Amino acid sequence: MKTYAIAHPQRGLIEYRDRKRLLWLGSLIYPVVSLSGIGLYLLTGHEWTLVAPLVANYIVIPLVDWLVGEDPSNPPEELVPALEADPFYRWLPLLTVPMHFAVLIIVAAFAGTHTLSIGGFLVLALTAGLYSGLGINTAHELGHKKQALERWMSRIVLAVPTYGHFCVEHNRGHHRNVATPGDPASSRMGESIYRFSLREIPGGFRRGWAAEQERLQRQGKSVWSLDNEVLQSYALSAVLQLGLIAAFGWIMIPFLLIHNVVAWWQLTSANYVEHYGLLRQKLPDGGFEHCLPHHSWNTNYVASNLLLFHLERHSDHHAHPTRRYQSLRNFPDLPTLPMGYSGLFLIAMVPPLWYALMDKRLLALPHVRGDLSRVNIEPTRRAHIEARYGRNSAPATAAHGTP
Amino acid sequence: MTRYRCPDCGYVYDEAQGDPHEGYSPGTLFAELPDDFVCPDCVVRAKQDFVSVDG
Repeated sequence: MKTYAIAHPQRGLIEYRDRKRLLWLGSLIYPVVSLSGIGLYLLTGHEWTLVAPLVANYIVIPLVDWLVGEDPSNPPEELVPALEADPFYRWLPLLTVPMHFAVLIIVAAFAGTHTLSIGGFLVLALTAGLYSGLGINTAHELGHKKQALERWMSRIVLAVPTYGHFCVEHNRGHHRNVATPGDPASSRMGESIYRFSLREIPGGFRRGWAAEQERLQRQGKSVWSLDNEVLQSYALSAVLQLGLIAAFGWIMIPFLLIHNVVAWWQLTSANYVEHYGLLRQKLPDGGFEHCLPHHSWNTNYVASNLLLFHLERHSDHHAHPTRRYQSLRNFPDLPTLPMGYSGLFLIAMVPPLWYALMDKRLLALPHVRGDLSRVNIEPTRRAHIEARYGRNSAPATAAHGTP
Repeated sequence: MTRYRCPDCGYVYDEAQGDPHEGYSPGTLFAELPDDFVCPDCVVRAKQDFVSVDG
């Protein structure tokens, strides 16, 4: 625990005891949970123990979230500059980068050198993909920072899930257009995750590539330049994955194909739950209002936030994208998800369950109150949704202020 | 030469330095930036939101 303090000219001494400081090591260690199955297999010789990392992700973490509960507290704003300048917090995501490389290489090496059933092999490929998808979260935290080292490391870690376009697309595309009908990375009410993925995966790649092409054109360079930040990451992916195939043989091809798709699906799942149905209003000039905290779904569950660099405090992140994870805030009356991400990712894969869990929650938000003109609706489902809920069951309140 | 600050994240566009990473060479005036220019760091504030630092 560390105590930050400042002598404020009007308010006197302001202190903040950072109780969660060491617990943030969870985000650094979480990728290594993926190796628990291999460890148990080596100890017991039972192949079924390989499912341990999947159990940890989909059962243990939601259970711990439920047991530990939520923490809606914020650090005092006056101490945020000190919190953001603390090197401990800066280095945690940077040190997580090699963890993702180590995890993929170790799981791939194990899968490539042990005789396993098809089930065991699939579980390993799923596990590797799931935890490499977590690498996109590490890249996300790093890619929003202003320092060159962080930005370089974000591109490097994106080589693990083979998603080199992510940071360019996410920063210059998704953040600009979030919660608007045209954003391929914002899901719509009535849109299943499967339909969403067909928009999100190709749409994100195209937008990221186009943004990088425009930047390079302004520099007078070809999109095929060595300065293309998307290609830099994909080149490293090629080295990594071809190296794994060279080292462990052709069995790596199905392993890596499954791994890549599962890793991408983690981002698809995150994008799906983070803005489901939320809509920024159009302004008279044709543009959209600024992104406000109520344009993202938020959760304050302690455990899963500590494992994800506070990704689930998504409302403040989108309103103020360069704030570091340790200083992201909760606000009153935010759109609030009923649980942390890993449980929701499972529910999202069963669309009727997802709609049952989320649609009424969405329509009950203070800035929506049943007004479908304030909801981002899947066009092919609009008639069905209007018939079910009515176009405007209650007038919406005025938009929230900007915190 | 004037400097303009993003009101959200504090990024400063300095006309004397431009922003070579974004493809704006030194000496590029703020007025010459495209109308759809957004803050290169936070991306959530647009050209019209920027405020002059030098008054």
